[in-house]
Amino acid sequence: MIVALILLPTFAAAAVLAIRSAAARRTLLVLVALGHAGLTAATFVRPAGPQLGGWLLLDPLGAVFLAILSLLFLTAALYGIGYLAREARRPTGLADEGFLATNQPEAVFTACLLMFLATMTLVTVSHNFGLLWVAVEATTLASAPLIYFHRQKRSLEATWKYLLVCSVGIAVALLGNFFLAIAVTEPDGRSIPLVLNDLLAAADQLDPTWLKATFLLFLVGYGTKMGLAPLHTWLPDAHSEAPSMVSALLSGALLNCAFLAILRILQVCSAAGLAGFAQPLLILFGLLSMSVAAVFIIRQDDFKRMLAYSSVEHMGLLALGVGLGGAATFGAMLHALNHSLTKGMLFLVAGNLLAAYRTKSVAGTGGAIRVLPVSGALWIAGILAICGSPPFGPFVSELAIIKAAFDQNATWVAVAVLSLLAVIFIGMAAAMLRMAYGAPPERLAAETRPREQACTFLPPLALAVLVLVLGVYVPPVVEDALRLAALALGGRQ
Amino acid sequence: MDFWVNCLVVLIAMTNLRLLGSSRVVSCVHTVAFQGVLLGVLAIVGASGGLAAHGIVLAAVNIVLKGLVFPWLLMRALRETHLRREVEPAIGFGASMLLGVLLIGICLWIGSRLPLPVGVQASPLLVPAALFTLMVGLFMIVARRKALTQVVGYLSIENGITAFGLGFALKEALLVELGILLDAFMAVFVMGIIIFHISREFDHIDAGELSALKD
Repeated sequence: MIVALILLPTFAAAAVLAIRSAAARRTLLVLVALGHAGLTAATFVRPAGPQLGGWLLLDPLGAVFLAILSLLFLTAALYGIGYLAREARRPTGLADEGFLATNQPEAVFTACLLMFLATMTLVTVSHNFGLLWVAVEATTLASAPLIYFHRQKRSLEATWKYLLVCSVGIAVALLGNFFLAIAVTEPDGRSIPLVLNDLLAAADQLDPTWLKATFLLFLVGYGTKMGLAPLHTWLPDAHSEAPSMVSALLSGALLNCAFLAILRILQVCSAAGLAGFAQPLLILFGLLSMSVAAVFIIRQDDFKRMLAYSSVEHMGLLALGVGLGGAATFGAMLHALNHSLTKGMLFLVAGNLLAAYRTKSVAGTGGAIRVLPVSGALWIAGILAICGSPPFGPFVSELAIIKAAFDQNATWVAVAVLSLLAVIFIGMAAAMLRMAYGAPPERLAAETRPREQACTFLPPLALAVLVLVLGVYVPPVVEDALRLAALALGGRQ
Repeated sequence: MDFWVNCLVVLIAMTNLRLLGSSRVVSCVHTVAFQGVLLGVLAIVGASGGLAAHGIVLAAVNIVLKGLVFPWLLMRALRETHLRREVEPAIGFGASMLLGVLLIGICLWIGSRLPLPVGVQASPLLVPAALFTLMVGLFMIVARRKALTQVVGYLSIENGITAFGLGFALKEALLVELGILLDAFMAVFVMGIIIFHISREFDHIDAGELSALKD
């Protein structure tokens, strides 16, 4: 089952390159997404056994991230049909760029998209630390061409930064892998295999000094990819220049994958009794990320960059949640789910706004609620949700994290988080109000507007409904899955 | 055995100084390729207790990939972009060399402070040399402006980390090692393509000029 999850998109990627018809390629993309989602759902009904001698294993923690990935990819693929058709007719060359950019060949784009899915799936099921590294680096390589879909200077610059910064960051994590290999070497020269379960079982035999260094290198290395400040520099550029459906996947799925890699080493550190060393570092990076995001969200004029910085903020919140531990770990797991769905939806809506207004400037996107009634309404709902307003899902999970902070007498952490969330709320709400209710540009103010097409707003609408439901009621299946994941991280609830 | 390992480690460290001091991009590419070949030899010499199939495969792949394929990819990118020299680097070549010497000192000091666990045996020069290679790579990415030289820096980082793993004869599974090399190959390949596009769009590959995106 696990192998099928990885091979299905891989083979489809090869097939896509050979298919001539655009319609057939798009159908295949959606079929693969459906198949992947079906297989993922099946693993919850009947757990998949280990493969490759325990290297590939779907444990509760990986299952949560796999489910998020699969769901988000399905939505993005459905959105992709309409998006790719629209792009094929009229490429979204940005007006301020001065010339109409051409797009990458669609076959290459779709193939990379499928490889992106395959590599991210591999991240969620890798239990060997070396394989995990290979998978995370492969996600970078599969996604770099996706960012360069619109062939223009700005996206080229974003792609270069993404490729270089993430590759160097992940190289640091590779050094971490070697440090881990030293940490597991016993005095007689034998060593424990770098497989998670073996490491957890033999955690008390690991060399603590080298394990601490390993954790630092993993945190810096994978943290670069996860977008933790001050290593987040690639993130706003890549998220703002990539096509919106790719931004949704980067933010909702890829950042989670990097987070999962950090969680894996956290598991080992906790088992080795080093939680007291690792967790304060996560809290520190978390608070720093939220502060940096707050600074850049205020007065941000590019709405996709605003969403990108919001991702930095939420990744910070996730790191902070697992850093606090205890009940906050469950909150962090729930928040990972909520953030992915909400941010995925917001990026898809941003794509609709961008297609209609042809600008990413907040000031140039007035009157969204009149120009695009459905997308405009979704935009308002999405911004409110991502800022943690009730009755949406992120409110519940943020509350859980903050409450846990108070319960653990980490009052100053809770107060810092609350004030940063307030600042970010003000910044994002101000931009949202200007975009939703401001005056539309003359070109779009005319009455003869084409109606919004269902394929552009149904996928984000579906995500919005899920986010709303999660805010009111967490289904027992979801809650059990998240609880088991939190348990694997040593969190109690 | 130890003597040869030491020789190789010192040679690897010396290639770094050449990377720092060379203004010709071609010689940077050649130097980093030579470094890769040295790593392959290190894999053979460093394999304690006889050569297993594991060691031979690894060394061969290392030498072919880093000594032949990477330079070929980079030289092709070089021809397409008509680049000869790294002009106006952010930090001059003389200053870079001086900084390199300083870095060696720092790396030797760090190496002396890292106590290896009892079971791990390796040349005492290995940790400083690997760290030095890594830092030179990072330095090149920061201090050089051409996209191609930055890729050379990335390769140097990669080499430094590989030196660390090979020198300690750390047994990662062969599949993982090959996966790591495959990723490195794909990275250079994709970077090469992007460099080609940069040179076409901008008429240069000056990464310092890529500065439209900022807050």
